Amino acid sequence: MIELRAVTHAYGDRAVLRDLSLSIRERRVAILGGNGSGKSTLARMLNGLIVPSSGVVTVDGLDTRTDGRAVRQRVGFVFQNPDVQIVYPTVEEDVGFGLKARKVAKDEIARRVTTVLDRYNLTRYRHQPAHQMSGGEKQLLAIAGVLVLEPAHVVFDEPTTLLDLRNRRTVIQVIRELPQKAVVVTHDLDMVMDFDRALVLEEGRIVIDDVPAVAVPAYVARLG
Amino acid sequence: MLSTRDLVLSALFAALVAGLGMAPPIPLGFLPVPITAQSLGVMLAGALLGAKRGGLALLLFVLLVAAGLPLLAGGRGGVGVLMGPSGGFVLAFPVGAFVTGLLAERFATGANPIRLFAVCAIGGILAVYAGGIPWLSVVAGMPLEKAALAVMAFIPGDFIKAGIAAFAAAAVRRAGVLPTAHA
Amino acid sequence: MLGLYLHRDSAVHRLGAGVKMGGLLAATLVVLALPGALGALAAGLLGLGLLVAAKLPVGRVLRELRAPVVMLTLLFGCQALLAGTGWAETLAAVTRFAALILLATLMTLTTKVADMVDLFERLFSALRPLGVNPAKMALMLALTIRFIPLLAEQVREVRMAQQARGVERNIAALFVPLLVKILRLADDLTAALDARGYDPTDDGRHT
Repeated sequence: MIELRAVTHAYGDRAVLRDLSLSIRERRVAILGGNGSGKSTLARMLNGLIVPSSGVVTVDGLDTRTDGRAVRQRVGFVFQNPDVQIVYPTVEEDVGFGLKARKVAKDEIARRVTTVLDRYNLTRYRHQPAHQMSGGEKQLLAIAGVLVLEPAHVVFDEPTTLLDLRNRRTVIQVIRELPQKAVVVTHDLDMVMDFDRALVLEEGRIVIDDVPAVAVPAYVARLG
Repeated sequence: MLSTRDLVLSALFAALVAGLGMAPPIPLGFLPVPITAQSLGVMLAGALLGAKRGGLALLLFVLLVAAGLPLLAGGRGGVGVLMGPSGGFVLAFPVGAFVTGLLAERFATGANPIRLFAVCAIGGILAVYAGGIPWLSVVAGMPLEKAALAVMAFIPGDFIKAGIAAFAAAAVRRAGVLPTAHA
Repeated sequence: MLGLYLHRDSAVHRLGAGVKMGGLLAATLVVLALPGALGALAAGLLGLGLLVAAKLPVGRVLRELRAPVVMLTLLFGCQALLAGTGWAETLAAVTRFAALILLATLMTLTTKVADMVDLFERLFSALRPLGVNPAKMALMLALTIRFIPLLAEQVREVRMAQQARGVERNIAALFVPLLVKILRLADDLTAALDARGYDPTDDGRHT
């Protein structure tokens, strides 16, 4: 469970999240909202990449402020732009990076990399340079690099925004089949319809919190 | 100690210097030699990242050239190029970036293009030539002053680069996106 | 990340990067210690022997050598014309360096970039007492290799913009968006490394 208690966050004078309290227990939770609504900041708080100016964020009881490393072990994060999260030149090395940072033994790394590449149909790229892959394949690689760490939760920050229609469909399918709990920040309303819960953020506050069948039409109505 | 951001910045600027070498040289009508942008990267890394991170960026670049990646202008690379007549200039790139950064941290912390120009000229030209000319003199078996004379044709282009680097660095600093150099 | 490596099935290719690097260093020191003409002869013969042993195409190797040889010849020509004296010594010195450059070029053509990078990482480990962190150096080299294609693409875009607008325009202004982009990329990349559990205080030792 991820829990926020009285969370406020500001960059200088500009408040981006205002007094947010929230528990996330559902399997699939969507965070919707316009640009600058604070949803990216909220997403980054869920794995401790950003710690709140005031208030507390906990993941399975771990405080992101004091247990940052343990939190990041539990919560994987997939960014909007796959180009920034692929850090090693070849596919195999990149998927193994997070495990290497955790000092997992070499043969164990090889085994887990093989499994995850196989699952996402990336085996044929194993020794290829990552930069030659298409945008969709790069996003799959980024997801593979996170899932190989076997986190309990995965946060996605606009995972389909930069993809074409076919790759978008693939990524949506991957998220749907994920065994982990997932929080997805997105503008992609179709994708969230079968989720368990949708939150709508506006100027740093939650204005709608309901099942998607109710929340999405209400959000669209708010946009006018 | 180097933070994660420090490593990332050094690596990205090393990649930038490589990228600058892959672009075709910029022809300037009034100069006999077209200017290659690579030493522009030396000055920018020093001026924007400071001594430590800037010097490290160019060290990474030189290591990858030595490893055999064709990163120098014209697609050249390898230890052979570093041992060749112009190798001293490339080997002095890290020193040039370091000196540019060191001077920038002391004398050009603001967005004043004149100060930045002076800093880029001293670090990116003087320090780099101070490495390049003696090397050339040894490899080509020619006296120091003759070696210096032989590379004079490149000086005007390098001053133009220092100007470009100074104005670009000043504009980036005004834009306020620069990570503070915590040494 | 193929670099300049030219694959052949030869004993020279199979030699370790460390052996080749050490050999090159030793050969350079020996050749430079010998008198000019003798050094040139020794390095030249060694280079030709290795060239044959490595089964490399001679034309390709000479192409790699063209730039430094042309430059050395030009410099030598100017020297001979202007200085007038000691041309025999200068010729010997230039030939000697051309032969050393041949040796170094052979190393580059027969050694994979990845093997060279591994060698550097081993050298960094040896420099640990001096405060060098081998794990960080290795990560930075990997990041650099990873981002070269991306930044080469961005530089190409700037060059196209320059051509579209005419170069007489302010070139500095065109570099600014590129630099701002790189600094923002650095922010995102730092977050991505943090998110995947990278710990900068880790000194790379196995626990």
